[in-house]
Amino acid sequence: MKWVGLIAVIFTGGLLLSAMDDFPNWGDAHSPANASPVSQYYIEKTIEDSGVPNMVTAVLADYRGYDTMFETVVVLIAGIAIMAILRVMNGVPGGARPSPAHEIGDQHDIIIGTTCRLLIPVLQLFALYVIAHGHHSPGGGFQGGVILGASFILTAIAKGLDPALERLPEKRYVKLAFVGVVIYSGFGVACLLLGENFLDYGVLQVLLPTIDAAEARSHSMLGVEVGVAFTVSAIMFAIYANLASKGELEGGL
Amino acid sequence: MIWQFDIIILIFLVITAVISLRVKDLLAASMVFGTYSFLICLLWAGMGAVDVAFTEATVGAGISAVILIATVYNTRRDSSD
Repeated sequence: MKWVGLIAVIFTGGLLLSAMDDFPNWGDAHSPANASPVSQYYIEKTIEDSGVPNMVTAVLADYRGYDTMFETVVVLIAGIAIMAILRVMNGVPGGARPSPAHEIGDQHDIIIGTTCRLLIPVLQLFALYVIAHGHHSPGGGFQGGVILGASFILTAIAKGLDPALERLPEKRYVKLAFVGVVIYSGFGVACLLLGENFLDYGVLQVLLPTIDAAEARSHSMLGVEVGVAFTVSAIMFAIYANLASKGELEGGL
Repeated sequence: MIWQFDIIILIFLVITAVISLRVKDLLAASMVFGTYSFLICLLWAGMGAVDVAFTEATVGAGISAVILIATVYNTRRDSSD
C-alpha cells in the first residue's frame, strides 16, 4: 500500500513540477493575474474610489466585501461547531457556564505571571493599532482580532483558564462574536436602506455630512474591520478555552 | 528577494514539513508545524505580500500552534502510525 502511495505522490509531484515552466515569473507585469483589467482597475482606482493606501484592505473590505463578510460568518460557525461538538461528545450539560469564582495566580509560576502581566497590555494595544490602522498599513480585522484573542489565551496559559474566563466569560464572548457579524452586516443593511447595493459604502456619506463618498468608504472599511475583529478575537478565545478544557471550561492546561 | 535566503528558507521548509509528518511525538509535531508556518510567513514577506505574511504569522504560526497543542494535551501525545 505504501508503494502505491509513493508512486501516486511521485506522479502528481512530477506533473506539478512539469507545469512549473508555464508559470509566469515572479513580478511579471504581463502575467495573466497582473494584466487583467480587474487588477488594473484596483491598482489605478483604489485611491480615487476610497482614498485607502493599502490596496489589499480595499479589495478585502470594499470591492470584495461579500467574501470577507461570509469569511467572518465561517469563523463564527466554526467556533460554535467546536463548542457544540466538544459538549455533545463529552456529555457536558447545555447552557452557558457560570463564571467561576477563583483566586488568581496561586498555583502558577510567578515569573510567567509577571512576564505576561507586562506583555499582555502591549499585545492588546498593538492589536488595537493593527485593527484601527488596517486600511493604511498591513493588518486589519483578522490579524488584529487574532492578536487580541491571543492576549486572552496568554492570560489563560499564564494564570489558568478560570481567571481568563472571569475577564471574558462564555456569555460575553458568544455575544461579542455575534455582535461582530451584526456590525459587518449592519453596514451592508445601512447601504441597502439608503437606496444602494448591499455593502456599497459610498452612499453612507449622508450619515456624516462633512465627508465625501471616498472618505465614507474609508471609514466604513474601518467599521467592518472592527466587526471582523470582534468576531475573530472572541472565537479564537472560545476555541482555545473549549479545546483546553474539553468543553467544560474548568481547569484547562 | 535575495535568492540565497530563499534557498535556505526553502530547505528548512522541506525539513520542517518532513519532520512534522514523521515525528512520533505529536506535541513536537505541532511545534514544528508552527515553525513551518513561520518560514512560509518569511517567504511571503520577502515577496512583498505583507498582509498575507501578517495573517500567516498570527494565525498559522501563532494561534493554530497553540490550539493544536491544547488538543494534544487533551488527547494522546504519541502518534499511532
